[in-house]
Amino acid sequence: MATSLPRLTDDRLATVLQAYHDAIRAKRARSLTFVGLVVALMLLSGWVAQVDLSKLVANSGNFFSYFDRIMTFDSGPVAGQRVWTDPAEWFWGLKKWLVLLADTILIGYLGTALGAIGAFLLCFSAAANLMPNPWLRNGVKRLFEFCRTVPEIVFALIFIIAFGLGPIPGVFAIAIHTMGALGKLFAEVVENIDMKSVEGSVATGAGFSQTVRFAVLPQVLSNFASYTLLRFEINVRGASVMGFVGAGGIGQDLIEAIRKFYYADVSALLLLIILTVTVIDLGTERLRHALISREERP
Amino acid sequence: MKVSFRAITPDLPALRARHPQHFAPSVMHRAVVIGCVAVLAGLFVLGFWRLGFSFERILSGIGQLGTLVLLMIPPNPGSWAKFFTFLHALAETVAIAFLGTLLAALVAFPVGFVAARNTTVNRLVQFASRRVLDGIRGIDTLIWALLWINVVGLGPFAGVLAIMTSDIGTFGKLFSEAIEAADKKSVEGIASTGGTRLHQIRFGILPQVFPVIAGQVLYFFESNARSGTIIGIVGAGGIGLHLAEQIRTLEWQAVSFLVILILIMVAAIDAVSVRLRTAIMGRAHQPMM
Repeated sequence: MATSLPRLTDDRLATVLQAYHDAIRAKRARSLTFVGLVVALMLLSGWVAQVDLSKLVANSGNFFSYFDRIMTFDSGPVAGQRVWTDPAEWFWGLKKWLVLLADTILIGYLGTALGAIGAFLLCFSAAANLMPNPWLRNGVKRLFEFCRTVPEIVFALIFIIAFGLGPIPGVFAIAIHTMGALGKLFAEVVENIDMKSVEGSVATGAGFSQTVRFAVLPQVLSNFASYTLLRFEINVRGASVMGFVGAGGIGQDLIEAIRKFYYADVSALLLLIILTVTVIDLGTERLRHALISREERP
Repeated sequence: MKVSFRAITPDLPALRARHPQHFAPSVMHRAVVIGCVAVLAGLFVLGFWRLGFSFERILSGIGQLGTLVLLMIPPNPGSWAKFFTFLHALAETVAIAFLGTLLAALVAFPVGFVAARNTTVNRLVQFASRRVLDGIRGIDTLIWALLWINVVGLGPFAGVLAIMTSDIGTFGKLFSEAIEAADKKSVEGIASTGGTRLHQIRFGILPQVFPVIAGQVLYFFESNARSGTIIGIVGAGGIGLHLAEQIRTLEWQAVSFLVILILIMVAAIDAVSVRLRTAIMGRAHQPMM
């Protein structure tokens, strides 16, 4: 049995090679036009956004020296020393900050919980497979869109005027934003379910709520929980800056420290926030993996 | 033909007798569910109490909110001069989002390869870069904006840098995950033809991850157009500055006008990027969040 492949004749080879080069050249030209377009857009937006590279280069030292400054005590008997040489002095306000941090997590939690409840109640009406009425469906979809497009800080600013300063406007702002973001994701999950069990329960005479409870919920609950956990992590991070506009949590102290140049406090607060967010990140990731593997079990 | 229903309807009592474990209420499972719900509800109540929620305050707040919404109608920028200022600020926001996202992607692209388990230089570097990326992500964009204002002063440039920095953290993580998920077979194929490590990355991994990365960048451009609206609140350029100002001076009609402008902008960017995304990666691969 012959195992060698016959070689193409040279003229056939030349045409094939030519075609290959042509194809590559066309592709390359397309990529180059695309890159050119992106670069032009970058230059345009650089002009609009007043990008000034000389300023950046001249002051880039400031960026790194800022980290140097927040890592150094600037007053008291320990002035000039690195912050980690005296942790007690560095974290002088630990008790107060931990309480504020707990408040921040609670704001994130309440906002997530309220938002998730709202999204849960509305998402079934926004799913195309369960809600045949297009008016109601699109109405709910537009509502979700509005809620997630307006940033939570803007809601917080408006709510502060209605509810007064404090964590309440922060919670509601996060809740509304969360409802919009989760509502969309929940509705997508519901739209992707297996319709067989829905048909089954409709065939036995189940109403809307019974169909949702016995045919839809078992399929979507773990996904819902997973998305909610992901959102919780995002919301704790969002809650940490709610205080910037006076809506409670640790942000108030942080912006004060930044604006008044209490350098050591800035690093202490940032470290606490990063630690908290990381712990929550890792915790929710574990829970989410557990949930997802539970769902994939046969 | 006669079909007896006895044959197809199950004999429930007999089944129950044969498989008691499937009919018994599972106490353990129920207890876990009730326990979880109780803990969550307890936290919920604790939160309400701790953060000073009260019925009167919420009711009066909602009443106030209703008044504010009425005051917002009809949306009205106030004057033509203000209208053009707002439009310029909106353009600034789009520019900040575009430039910030793109620069972040450019910086995060090599970092992603270093932070991915299958393309990194060594285990220690990979671990360290992952932790650095986590640290960057732990700080909110608004905080980065405040830090950058210290460096380049007030204005949209600080906003670009803030979005860039916070997105480097996110992109670095997402890119490295995409690289780790790439199929090994094509890399092995390149290696078998004598390709170097760089060849393997360029011809084995890059074609697989590029569409994923492009989709993520587009998605973040969208989301940054949203978050770009708020960094103005701390003075880093864009429409947020005007929005915060109009809210603080209680110009409610201008506020609703600005909100509508933002909604239109986001919808327009959405439409463009959905089209681009489907063109680049097909309908099936939409990123999760």
